[in-house]
Amino acid sequence: MIAYLDHAASSPLRPEVLEALAPFLATQFGHPSSSHRVGRAARAALEEARDTVARLLGAEPKEVVFTSGGSEADNLAVLGVLGAAARPGRVVTSAVEHPAVREPARAAARYLPGVEHVEAPVDADGAVDLDRLADMLDEQVALVSVMTANNEVGTLQPLADVLTLTRRLAPRALVHTDAVQAAPWLDLATVTAGADLVSISAHKLGGPKGAGALVVSEGTPLRPLLHGGGQERERRGGTHDVAGAVGLATALAAAVAGREEEIVRVRALRDRLADGLVDLVPGAAESADRRRVLPGHCHVRFAGVDHEELLVLLDDAGVCASGGSACASGALEPSPVLAAMGLGGGGVRFSLGWTTTGTEVEHALEVVPKAVATLAGAGRPRR
Amino acid sequence: MVAMSGGVDSSVAAALLVADGHEVVGATLKLWGGPSDSGCCSVADVDDARRVAQQLGIAHHVFNFTEQFGAQVVEPYVDAHARGRTPNPCIECNRHVKFDLLLERARRLGFDLLATGHHARVAVEDGRYRLRRGADPAKDQSYVLSMLGQAALAGVVFPVGALTKAEVRSHAAALGLRTAAKPDSQDVCFIHGVEGRQGFLGRRIDLHPATLVDAGTGETVGSVDAVELVTVGQRRGMGHSTDGARRYAVAVDVSRRRVVVGADPSVGEVALDPTTVTWVDGPLPDGAPAVAQVSAHGRPAPCRWTGGRVVFEAPQRPVAPGQTVALYHDGDPDAVVGAGVAA
Repeated sequence: MIAYLDHAASSPLRPEVLEALAPFLATQFGHPSSSHRVGRAARAALEEARDTVARLLGAEPKEVVFTSGGSEADNLAVLGVLGAAARPGRVVTSAVEHPAVREPARAAARYLPGVEHVEAPVDADGAVDLDRLADMLDEQVALVSVMTANNEVGTLQPLADVLTLTRRLAPRALVHTDAVQAAPWLDLATVTAGADLVSISAHKLGGPKGAGALVVSEGTPLRPLLHGGGQERERRGGTHDVAGAVGLATALAAAVAGREEEIVRVRALRDRLADGLVDLVPGAAESADRRRVLPGHCHVRFAGVDHEELLVLLDDAGVCASGGSACASGALEPSPVLAAMGLGGGGVRFSLGWTTTGTEVEHALEVVPKAVATLAGAGRPRR
Repeated sequence: MVAMSGGVDSSVAAALLVADGHEVVGATLKLWGGPSDSGCCSVADVDDARRVAQQLGIAHHVFNFTEQFGAQVVEPYVDAHARGRTPNPCIECNRHVKFDLLLERARRLGFDLLATGHHARVAVEDGRYRLRRGADPAKDQSYVLSMLGQAALAGVVFPVGALTKAEVRSHAAALGLRTAAKPDSQDVCFIHGVEGRQGFLGRRIDLHPATLVDAGTGETVGSVDAVELVTVGQRRGMGHSTDGARRYAVAVDVSRRRVVVGADPSVGEVALDPTTVTWVDGPLPDGAPAVAQVSAHGRPAPCRWTGGRVVFEAPQRPVAPGQTVALYHDGDPDAVVGAGVAA
């Protein structure tokens, strides 16, 4: 039995998404920029997808820029804003941003004259410290980027407060939010209202990998990363991935349609998993206050065991979870998110989603305590 | 569990175990975070190991031992150079990382054995483990494993130790493994080829110029840029004496910024640091004959183990402090007896 508890890494493709996008990999192969009927058919599907994404995110269709995923959307937001800024300035991010935000911010500070990057610390649950953030905000700030919810522990960020503070203290700054993890669970039209730029990714929603979008509020100056044929109103060159756009729109629509019931259902499973682990495993603790995390995130630290070893035993027993941040080689790295929260060592992120069942949770509750006991004791009996 | 470096030897080690019907899982160690273009540390090598594991149909994990490698291999390496010694980081990695931390991990995870791609052989005789040279004399790696004892040998297997390198490569080619023609790793894996040893050490410790002092006359006869990089026995940079004879480094004194040089560096014996001496299966009796090897592919030299010293039968090139001396059995020169680090 496989318990797939890694939806925050990638959520399984929804059947209706596969059905909706498949024609654009097969019979509807046209180039959406072509003027003939085959091209026009592809274009119609692309623009319908754009309308859907815009509507569900509370944006205008012309504000939606399709990208190759969340990382490109984040890079486009950070580097695109800085590249188009009338004068350089400071980039303020939280200390727990995804590398797709953190690394372009660092790169910009390294390579663009006059740009500096500062990180606002977070509290013990991983939410940005608003007082410390406020200290970093002034006329010099060009961009503030704070994620809607964290990818590792799932903590919701006080985005409305970040927006209020930024508008008051840093009038020149644009605000970006990486909503990749939040998108399956929150009404982004409300939660990210007021942000200038919002990133989402299809495969966290049950869509295909390699598709995402950046919402860019009308009038926001943005320099493209990819120069080419002028697609996406000259914000992202390159032939459109029609199937990806259709997949993104269909997945987002499916997530939104069942959202209220899913939140209740998944949160109950999540709490059952967390309660069970804390009960059954000595030294297990949730990494953040459950009232402050996304419905599908269950990040737990297990005292006295090596989390790298634990993940091997879980994998062996069919429990797919994640150790946090992996480097290019695939090795686990010390998590900057946990470090920023003041937590040493590692942890295991169990993340639940639209396919998660009670049976999977029960399987995990059977496997994890045994695995931890094995590692905390004399090791596992020979195979 | 097979430690897969991404090279051809460990690829074939894994393949042989799979072919033998064992339940095999591959593990690649991430050991070093800095830039490196060779050996055991690059992302490209991890990719190779992962792809070979996929080709063999086995699970593969990457373990991050960066912190332990830094503390137990790289820092001692740097410290040793700072003291004018000549360390062997591959041996320390085998001692502290591969055949300690990783072996322990493999046991905790329920594996019977840890396999690596080393060219050496483990045999069991009367319930005791023997460590023997690999079948290919040119590729034998028993020297860098010579510090293993019974506890470690009981848990390890070297599947390619019975093969020549050519056989290993042809086996890999026959299986279509992408590592079949990959060049052998050469240098210290955490030192980037462009930067070199001097660049690597120079960013971590102060390198000091030193005078060259003649062993016989005590006169200053030259200088070097970095005393920390001189190895006892080294000829390069030591110049020639007035009669044109080559000179060698005989002693390195970092604190006085001095290198003693002489025409004949050969030595009759070497003392081992007693805290570093290990035995494969119990100590040699005092005065027993043995065969010593002082570098990875050095020529074996007959000797006696006497009072914690290795006394050579004929004068040898000097053994630098920090170098490991591996001792082999007098009557069975393929069998490792023990090892220690030159004091």
